[in-house]
Amino acid sequence: MAHSATHPEDHLLTVSENPRSNLLDRGFTVLVQGVALLVIAILLGITAVVLAYAQPAIAHFGLAFLWSTAWDVPSLQFGALPYIFGTLVTSSVGLILALPISMAVAILTSENFLPAFVREPLAFLVQLLAAIPSVVIGLWGIYVLIPFLLPIGTWLNNNFGWFPLFSTPPAGPGLLPAGVILAVMIIPTIASVSRDVLTVVPKELRSASMALGATQWETILAVMLPAAAPGVVGASMLGLGRALGETMAVSMVIGNSGQITASLLDLGNTIPSLLASQFAEAESPLHIGSLMYLALILFVLTLMVNVAAVLLVRVFGVKV
Amino acid sequence: MNDPQLETTPSETEELTLSQTKSGRLEPAPEPNELVTAMKVRDLSFYYGTFKAIEGINIDIYEGQVTAMIGPSGCGKSTFIKVLNRISELEGQVKVEGTVEFFGQNIYDPKVNLNRLRRQIGMVFQKPNPFPISIYDNVAYGIRLFGRKPKVEMDEIVETALKSAALWGEVKDKLNKSALGLSGGQQQRLCIARALAVKPKVLLMDEPCSALDPIATMKVEELIESLRHEFTIAIVTHNMQQASRVSSYTAFFSTDESRVGHLVEFGPTSQIFLQAKHPRTREYIEGRFG
Amino acid sequence: MTNHHATAEILSEPLSLQRRALSALMMGLTYLLFLVAIIPLGSLLYTIVSQGLPRFSWNVFFHIPAPIGEAGLIDGFGNAIQGSLMVLAVACIISIPVGLLAAIYMAEFGRNSKTAHVIRFVTQVLSAVPSVVVGVFAYGVIVFTPAIEIGGVLLKPKGFSAVAAGVALAVLMVPIIALTAEESLKLVANAQRLGSMALGGSRFQTTFKVVIPQSMAGITTGVLLALSRAAGETAPLLFTAFFTQNWPTGFDHPTPTLPVLIYNFSQSAYTSQNEMAWTAAMVLVALVLLASLVSRLAVRKSFR
Repeated sequence: MAHSATHPEDHLLTVSENPRSNLLDRGFTVLVQGVALLVIAILLGITAVVLAYAQPAIAHFGLAFLWSTAWDVPSLQFGALPYIFGTLVTSSVGLILALPISMAVAILTSENFLPAFVREPLAFLVQLLAAIPSVVIGLWGIYVLIPFLLPIGTWLNNNFGWFPLFSTPPAGPGLLPAGVILAVMIIPTIASVSRDVLTVVPKELRSASMALGATQWETILAVMLPAAAPGVVGASMLGLGRALGETMAVSMVIGNSGQITASLLDLGNTIPSLLASQFAEAESPLHIGSLMYLALILFVLTLMVNVAAVLLVRVFGVKV
Repeated sequence: MNDPQLETTPSETEELTLSQTKSGRLEPAPEPNELVTAMKVRDLSFYYGTFKAIEGINIDIYEGQVTAMIGPSGCGKSTFIKVLNRISELEGQVKVEGTVEFFGQNIYDPKVNLNRLRRQIGMVFQKPNPFPISIYDNVAYGIRLFGRKPKVEMDEIVETALKSAALWGEVKDKLNKSALGLSGGQQQRLCIARALAVKPKVLLMDEPCSALDPIATMKVEELIESLRHEFTIAIVTHNMQQASRVSSYTAFFSTDESRVGHLVEFGPTSQIFLQAKHPRTREYIEGRFG
Repeated sequence: MTNHHATAEILSEPLSLQRRALSALMMGLTYLLFLVAIIPLGSLLYTIVSQGLPRFSWNVFFHIPAPIGEAGLIDGFGNAIQGSLMVLAVACIISIPVGLLAAIYMAEFGRNSKTAHVIRFVTQVLSAVPSVVVGVFAYGVIVFTPAIEIGGVLLKPKGFSAVAAGVALAVLMVPIIALTAEESLKLVANAQRLGSMALGGSRFQTTFKVVIPQSMAGITTGVLLALSRAAGETAPLLFTAFFTQNWPTGFDHPTPTLPVLIYNFSQSAYTSQNEMAWTAAMVLVALVLLASLVSRLAVRKSFR
């Protein structure tokens, strides 16, 4: 501990600190503040760099880029719509599949249906999934998930082919496998934040419901979930934000074909996936610019979703 | 089902009204042998895990009476009341010895359905705990659990409950607003209305005024007075004046050397406050400890 | 006033069929969905081990990928492991001081100040920026711009390099380190700070001699967590580190990394490379899980 009673000048209040340590202290304060501001600078820097490189494409295509469907590198025609479409569709499929599963995980690991010594490891197991690198999940997607989904897709197409979502024979890779793989990847996020939110619902509400004769499930459905709803929405948006930006796993199972199709069994592409596959080889400023323009769209999209999510979850005092 | 609470005979109701006037003057309570026992507790001991919280409790909660539980903090009075509707079991591993009978049925019988038990033994908690839904839905919550009712009938039940909780006038224009918008006192009366809506045979109140300001407290006390004819009430309070104002029977709890809660004395409120038999009761009433 | 048994409901009567069915149904559904949640993990781990183990030998750490068609050469991905370590080293050198100092600001110097709240919020937002966008940023700032050289010392290379990849990963690691470290710094009791200050300790001394030593476990956790996340990142490396089949030749040159190798080999038409992708995946997952396991155990020790 700081122990400076041996310094002879210490009894003089006017020379309370030696000048060197004073300087060090001031320098340190400035350094810490500077670095803290650097974090803000990084975020602004990302915005500025992406915006600057996107400039050629923004100047050339304007807002029409957003609804144009062309993507032809040799003739320098670029449009974002198929990729925006693919990103939104796969993320939505992922979210729709992940939400009920995550709620089941959150409820099972926050309620007392199972003893604590079973509950904790189970929660841990689900969280383990979040640690697996996405390129490895993509690998699993290629060799395990796609072959698994293929017969299901064929069956859906044979029996429900009249329904637009299943109107094409499955190609193997496609929007559905991408959606499923996103669900797998965002379940840990949604489940763990929802679990935290559920555990901070005041226990008085549970007592009140049980004291009126409600069963545990009636209490969960009618009191706990409504009370936790804003936090669960926040958790879902965090998951959605992750799904929107997920690159490798999606890129490996989606088929990389920029098209707009009603059928989930068809091929597709997403913004991150297109960036991953074309960026390293892009040469013309307009091509790079268009890719940057896409990155900008993705950035804005995830930014909005995540800011909303952070604000919603913060209501519960749950850290993200 | 007819309202069983209204079966009290007119003569008895009159007698009760006379026994307790607003002035807080203590009058003799009806003799126990004239009363029906709603809850009969015999040799009750209760453990949280292995910790013994209360021991050897014998008490009768009489139908149509207000019974107050008083005593220093940590004496087990709150624990005791939570044993009566088995809500204490939400707080973890518990163990019960002895018997608690609810109109002759042992509530710790393994065959007992906790949901049915708790529906008939309502509870109001220390802190107001309205659900984060509308005022109307709060009151309707308990009814809906046990079956849907036509809208008209439900409206009537909600109105009656809110009226008996003396809240109707304040909320009738905002029934669909969130219950969280009410003041603390209003929230607590809403919680009382919510408990009354399912017409419990016994209403347990665990220090219902401890989180309220004096004016809100007064309103809740008045409410208890008005409910005493219809409901059987057991109320835990750390406020002796409150006990003397609202109750006709009082149970005094205290801890022994090993911190286990005991029932020291139980009897008509006037007797406990004016001629307590046990020296510890007298000391507590006179403010010498606790 | 008689016959009260009749007026009180019979307590042993079961609930209505409807209510019991609801509970049973929800319970069954919950267990079923939970099972669905962990099947992918089980399948993933099983496949990684069963596909990755056959090609695994200690040689993979010390050899470069054997060229296709040339029999007899020992196959491996030691170059990718070395490259990954180089990229991660650059990332750590940048992100640990930045993340830690940002945490010190939020938890110590600017505690409860408005600026600290803003910085925390920005950090949270930064942690959610898609990694591919961060890669694009690093590409724009490092890969695409001219090299900077001062007095013969190369400060910033041009083109694909381990440095560019390290910067990208550092941007991803900073928020994780900052947020975890802040949490653990905040857990140090305020009385400790006051105690040090009261003895005449400066802020610098207090922070480094009192606060940081006590929150070392939490800080380590954050760094490990960030490392395990960064080690598996692929997208930003594709256009910052790029890839080579050979051993890395320096921090200013294209650098092979484990995740990119897995990606490239997974897309390959050759079965032998597909198989090697699994073996590399097994090694990567083992490292990442080890790091996150250690960090989780550290969390349990320091926070509970």
